[in-house]
Formats: sequence, structure tokens, C-alpha cells
Amino acid sequence: MALDTVAVATANPETSQPFAELGLKPDEYARIKEILGRRPTSSELAMYSVMWSEHCSYKSSKVHLKQFGDKAVKTDALLVGIGENAGVVDVGQGYAVTFKIESHNHPSFVEPYQGAATGIGGIVRDILTMGARPIAVMDPLRFGPADAVDTRRVLPGIIAGVGGYGNCLGLPNIGGEVVFDETYLGNPLVNALCIGVMKHSDIKLAKAAGAGNLVVLYGAKTGGDGIGGVSVLASETFESTGPAKRPAVQVGDPFVEKVLIECSLEIFAADLVVGIQDLGGAGLSCATSELASGGSGGMRVELDRVPLRDASLSPEEILMSESQERMCAIVEPKNIDKFLEICKKWDVTVTVIGEVTDGDRLEITWHGELIVDVPPRTVAHEGPVYNRPLAKPEYVDRVNAEVIDVALPSTAAEIKAAVLKLAGAPNLADKSWVTAQYDRYVQGNTIQSQPDDSGMVRIDEKTNLGVAVATDANANWSYLNPYEGAKLALAEAARNIATAGAKPLAVTNCLNFGSPEDPGVMWQFAESVRGLADGCLEMGLPVTGGNVSFYNQTGAVAILPTPVIGVLGVIDDVRTRTPMSFDKAGLELYLLGDTENDIAGSEWAYLHGQRGGKAPIADLQREMRLIDLLVAGRIDKVFVAAHDLSQGGLSATLTEMVLRHNVGATINLENVGQMLISESPGRVVVAVENAKALGALASKFKISLTKLGVTGGDALQINDASIPLTELRKAHTETFPKLFG
Amino acid sequence: MKVGVVTFPGTLDDRDAARAVDAAGATSVALWHKEADLKGVDAVILPGGFSYGDYLRCGAISRFAPVMEKIIDAANGGMPLLGICNGFQVLCEAHLLPGALTRNHELHFLCHDQRLVIENTSTAWTSSFTKGQEVVIPLKNGEGSFQCDDPTLAMLEAEGRIIARYVGENPNGSRNLIAGITNERGNVVGLMPHPEHAINPLTGPTADGLGFFTSVLKAMVK
Repeated sequence: MALDTVAVATANPETSQPFAELGLKPDEYARIKEILGRRPTSSELAMYSVMWSEHCSYKSSKVHLKQFGDKAVKTDALLVGIGENAGVVDVGQGYAVTFKIESHNHPSFVEPYQGAATGIGGIVRDILTMGARPIAVMDPLRFGPADAVDTRRVLPGIIAGVGGYGNCLGLPNIGGEVVFDETYLGNPLVNALCIGVMKHSDIKLAKAAGAGNLVVLYGAKTGGDGIGGVSVLASETFESTGPAKRPAVQVGDPFVEKVLIECSLEIFAADLVVGIQDLGGAGLSCATSELASGGSGGMRVELDRVPLRDASLSPEEILMSESQERMCAIVEPKNIDKFLEICKKWDVTVTVIGEVTDGDRLEITWHGELIVDVPPRTVAHEGPVYNRPLAKPEYVDRVNAEVIDVALPSTAAEIKAAVLKLAGAPNLADKSWVTAQYDRYVQGNTIQSQPDDSGMVRIDEKTNLGVAVATDANANWSYLNPYEGAKLALAEAARNIATAGAKPLAVTNCLNFGSPEDPGVMWQFAESVRGLADGCLEMGLPVTGGNVSFYNQTGAVAILPTPVIGVLGVIDDVRTRTPMSFDKAGLELYLLGDTENDIAGSEWAYLHGQRGGKAPIADLQREMRLIDLLVAGRIDKVFVAAHDLSQGGLSATLTEMVLRHNVGATINLENVGQMLISESPGRVVVAVENAKALGALASKFKISLTKLGVTGGDALQINDASIPLTELRKAHTETFPKLFG
Repeated sequence: MKVGVVTFPGTLDDRDAARAVDAAGATSVALWHKEADLKGVDAVILPGGFSYGDYLRCGAISRFAPVMEKIIDAANGGMPLLGICNGFQVLCEAHLLPGALTRNHELHFLCHDQRLVIENTSTAWTSSFTKGQEVVIPLKNGEGSFQCDDPTLAMLEAEGRIIARYVGENPNGSRNLIAGITNERGNVVGLMPHPEHAINPLTGPTADGLGFFTSVLKAMVK
């Protein structure tokens, strides 16, 4: 095919172009022609198509996401907000922490190992790009039914991919989620979170300022993998009859990324870059247009200088390739020798591919011929914006009106059976089979990891300053009430930080939904965003960034609305954290918070095939008082242990606590069925030596306090039911090896 | 007392090993794979990780790094040398230790807190322990199954060169539950589990791992 240059495009305005195959709608194509005053060249069309895809442009979600700005919390803690690669939060002592979560759902369904691996790789580069050293990862995952045939294909591959890539990068995996539900069968969710730390002065931004500065591409060579991954994979619903889409999944090389991280950190430490951007979704199209937009707009790139793994790639393919482990830096000419020297030290391929100009156009040439000449903002930031129709789906009122009708345990035999059933349910069972495939020790700063409520890492060895991160979603509640569901997920993640005694500081999110072209899904999305924005405002927690994943649906079946909320907290001395369990007998166990008849959306209801009813209404004022209580109690050394209640209610929480250090407990409950099974939010079990100090805290913060029992023995004794720890452990730990071993 | 910690491309636990050396009371010195210079250190640690991405075979490429020539010469002259995990694999590839590490028998990467029994306390890296002492330190690898031929195994057993064995269920299929071995002279030790991750109960399961690093301090003082 002849090279489609700007001159050719101008001379041949009527040439037919495959915009529809590239995922662009006719009006979007018309708008590109209007912007350029001519038809786009094939290279320009490639760039616009990937950058205007749902995944890159947020065209369906933008009108809703702006609430995070409109309802922004006034805070000094946010050093860099939404819009950069990742938000940056001040955690004190001169340290800044950046964290972000992203989805890699569709690629992980097509090719589980590589999809999950490159999900980790991508989010790690986002964090690195801010100037931070990545210090930990987490992986909230969702799958179809645990016993489904396809789950046995997808789950082991995804776990191995997360571990294979993260372990090789030397990043501890400090937590995550593994959740099963029918709706994820054709649409597993692979969300990956990364945390990075730096000094305030080290923050880097994606901008190409200063005419004459050099555009430098470094890292892996560009290959044919992941071409069109963004537009083809992330922005289209899977059709069961369609062709396999494997060629559009990227292939990762964690060794190259590890070297790229160390090389980049050395370059940052020497202060050699003006701006930097990683190459992820949309590859060079994204990096060049975003860097140019971040500066004055002018940039010239010689595309034929890009080092290739496959010499036959066309310029369009080079612009769209999503080959992993690549970075693009803006470097002043006086610093280029030093930059090249550091790359040589680490044996990293590096090429000057262009320079910043004083114009306002992004110009890309191929062997001297102009093939792209565009205003970069129109590519990167001025894509289409849709106010898509939304309508409350008919199911909502119908299921909300359903009355949950499941028997709750009351006799000793029923209590024992219920506790064992919940302990072994795939959603609540021990996840060691998964987490044993992840390195949690590397870097030597891991304080907490799975199965703790949150992951915690030390960031200063001398002062013992640390950060904690938790991710949560409760899709069952979001299905019943997406507005409350998002608030409840936020509250749960914040509470999971606070049980250890850390103070919640900031929020990130990964919003996983079905097709935005379905008004019902769009309503779920809009309600979730509204709930999250309102919740963050009320709790005083800024949203630092996030990610939207639409089109998680196969045919007409969409996933449950799954807003995964990540909360970052800070703890001034990790040595004083409150652990999640007790290792001695004779402690008193108390429940903080109120237990209502919240069986709707519970794991117990799910196990009995009931999805209806009403979700709880979040009481964020009470959640904030509980959080303050937990932080104050940690500082005053009131707690020996504290553990959150969520899915599986008190039954699951007690199971996890007694099994952690193999110390049992004797519990006495009134209204035992509801107490064990209900999933009312805002509750925590604490173990204390001194109930008096706890009582004082509870009345100070106006949180209900219920005595549960005492620790000790080799059984979990609940009223007349005695469950030997050996039996409980067997039920809790055998599920995963049986399913996947 | 200076202990060198080597960084190959893809090394991960170099900072952890340096922290452990410093915690034991010695001074850690960073050694770079491309520099054939030991910077006057008294002992060397090859830390864990995925050097060169574990491509070809674990440790097979690192073994040819310029720094390794110097290290091999010094070890042959009696310098204490500890290879942890990937470092153990490098020592086997360099023929400083016999045998090879192959994929775990269950074919998964495995990270857990592992109980070990220390069986040889006369090496440069194990003298702080008592014979038969049980310790708990993290094990984390994908290729940790120690394999060798029968005559080699018989020799290792007969000469007391197995320094540590796994206690309980065999975690990775290693022959005779071997977790670590030493050379004839006792200055070179390879160990699959990670003592550098067990120097403080705050960040590891125990502080049991510190003994490996205090041992070498005593060896150097002698």
C-alpha cells in the first residue's frame, strides 16, 4: 500500500477509509475531517481511533466523572489530582504517595496469563511515570462461578500472570479480592492497583515543554502485539460468534520492565527529564499526543527512528502498537548524554525520535514525508463526549420489592452447619492457594498483606511511617442500589484501613460496568458515580484518579455493577498498628456497631439463590465516628486485635480471627441467626484486655458496643454449638485446592 | 567488616540483603555485575531475584558476568560466599556447588513461611545456629527443587554438606528435603529460602534469618 501522506490525503479527499472497522462512528469520523479540514491520513485515523476509543477518551463517562471535580473535597493532602497518570497524596515527613487502580478485564478473558501480567505492568508504569518508586501491588479479581469449566481456564492463568509479572518486578503483592458470581463468567474482572512513594520534590508530569527539547523513546522495541488492543478489545462487547481476538492482547516481559524501573529511577534521581509518559493503551499515539498537549502543543517526531522488533510494521501499526515496557521522555539537549549513559548502564534501548517545537501541531514523519499533522489536544483531550441516555432498569423496583426468605440458623446443629458452610464458600474461603503464588516479602517493608483487612507497607525505616491500602466492592448491594452500593464500598475500604489504626486519606476507583449503550447500565454507572462523589465529599476524602471499564458484557448479560473502591491511609508508626487477630486466651471480644436485619445481598442469601431485597443505607457519619474510634484506640493501645465485618458477616469474621493464630473463642449471642449472618455495614470485632477503656471510647464516639465473648480454647463455641478449630480450618482451607489444585 | 551484595539486571532482593548485612553489624557494599571489582569486601552475597529474567536457565547467564570471575576466584581462595534463591542457582551454574534447582513439583511459584532444621553449623554462614535448631524463614520461588544424581546426594549426605532441610511436607520436591548445601571447604553456601526476609518480626515471620548474617561476621573476625 502506498504511503498515505498529508499531501496524498489533501489531494484525494474522497478515498474511502475503514473508520467503522477501527471503532469510530460516522459522526466521529466527520468530526475528525472537520478538525483537520481534510480527510485524515491513515496514520491520523489510527491515532484518533485509539485515542477516541471508550477506554482512552472516557467519552461515555466524562459527563458523570466531572462530579469528582464539582464535589471536590478541600484538602491540602492532594499534591497532584485527577488527569495525570496517577494522583499524588502528601503523607507527611516530606513523602508523597501515588496510587492508582486500572482494569485489564477483556485482555485477561482472551489470554488470561498475558492479560493479567500486562495489567500489572501497565499500572506499575503509570506509578513510575509520576517519579515514584513502585512499592506494592494489589489485585481485586472477579470470576464466574468457582466450579464453572471456564473459571478453571481463566483463574489459574490470571493468578499465574499477576504473580509471574509482579514477582519478577520485585513488588510485594499485599492484598486484593477473589470474588465469584455468574455474571463474570464471560467477563472476568482483573483490576490491578499499584502504590509508589517519592519525595515531594520528585513528582514528574506528562508535559513536553521547551522548544528544542528532545523526545526520547526508551525501553523495549516496538512489535506487532496489542495493535488496536484499546479500540478493538476494550471498547467492544464480546460476541460469542466473533473471531478469536488474541492478536490484540499485548505480551509482557517483566524482566525488561524491572530494568526499565531501575533505569528510570536513576534517570529521575539525576533530574534529567522535563516530562515523562509511559506507553500503555494506544501506545505512541497516546504518549506523543498527551505529552504535546501537556506542553505548548508543538512536537515533531520521526516515526521511522522507532526501533522495531518486526521491520515490516507500517507507520499506522507503529502508532497503534501497545508493545509493553516502553517510556517516552522529554529531555533537554544538555542532559541527553547523561540520559543515554544511564540507559547504556542498564542495557536499555534508547532512541531520540523527535523534538519539541514552538508550534502547536504534532507532526509525525515517515522517512521524511509528513504523515500526521494534527492539533494534539484534539487527539488527546478533545475527543467526543456523549451524554448517553440513561434509565432506571425495570429490575430495580422488582427486586427491591422481593422479600428475602431464607432460614437463619438457630439450633446448635444449624449454627455449626452455617458457620462451616460460610467458611468454605468460595467467596469467603481461605485464599492462600492464590496468595502463596505472590511474593509478599520482597523489599522488606511489608507489614500487612492478605488475609489482613488492608495491605500495609513501611515507607521510612527510621521513623516507621507507613501507608495502608484496601480495595472493596459489594456488587450485590450495587445491583440492588448502585448509589448506596458505591457509598458502602467506600465506607468498607476506609474501615478496612482504620481497623489497623491507619487514617484514611484518599480514594481511587475502578468502575467496572456493562455496555454504556444500554440505558439501564448507564443508569447504574451514573448512580454509582453520584454515590461515590457524594460519599467522598461527606467523608472528606479526595478522589485522586480512577479508571472506567465499560462493555463488560457478553451478549445481553452485563456484569453486576462493580465499582471497586481503593482507599489509601497513613499510619505514623507501623509498629503500633492493630493486628487483625489475637494470639492468646482470656481476651474479651466485643462488636462495635449495630446489627440490623441486613440479609438482602448477603453471602447467605446468595448461597440460597436469592438476590433480591433492599441494600442497607450507608450512614457515613457513623462510619466516620467508627474510623475515628479505631484510630484513637490504636494510639491509646486499647485493642489487641480488630477485624472488619463484611461479606459473610460475624460468622466469617470470627472464623478468620480464630484460625489466624489457632486460638478459639467462646461467643454468646442473642438473636443468633441474624447476628451471625447479617451483613450490616459499619461493624468491627475487637479483642481487648481492658473493656473499660473500650467502653469509654464507644461512648465518646457514640458507637454501639456488644459483648460477644472471650478468646481461648481449641474451638469456636457459639452458644451451644461447638466447632473444633481443626474442622473449621478444614472447611475454610480445602475449597481452593479442591477446585483448582 | 564489609560484605558485598551483587546486583545483576533483574536482581530483586539486593536491598533486603544489604539491610540484613547492616542489621547484623557489618557494612554492606553494592557490587555491580558489569564491574570486575570486589571493592575490598570480605564476603559476598548473591541475592534473590530473576537475574536476566531467568531466561535460558535460572542463573545461567549471570554466571558469566564480569563480577563473577572475581567472585569465583575469591571463593576458591576461601572467601565466604552466600547464594540465596537465584544466587543459589547462580552458584550451581558456576559449579561452585553441585546439583541444580528445577521447577517446584507443583509447578507454581510458592511463597510461604517455611520451617527449616539447621544441620551443619560449621560453615561460614551457619555458625550462629545450634545443630538441630529449627528456624522459620520465608521460602519464595518457582524453581526451588534441588536435584542431583545419586552419587552426589550420597556424597553430600556423607560429608555433612546439607546445611538445612525443610521440616514437614516437602514444599517443592527437593531431594532429601534439601534447602541448602555447602562446598567442601564450608565457605560457599547456597540456600533456597530467604533469611534476609526474616530479620525482624515486624516485616517477616521471625528474626531467625539474622543468624546467617551474624555467622559470617564471626567467620571474618577469626
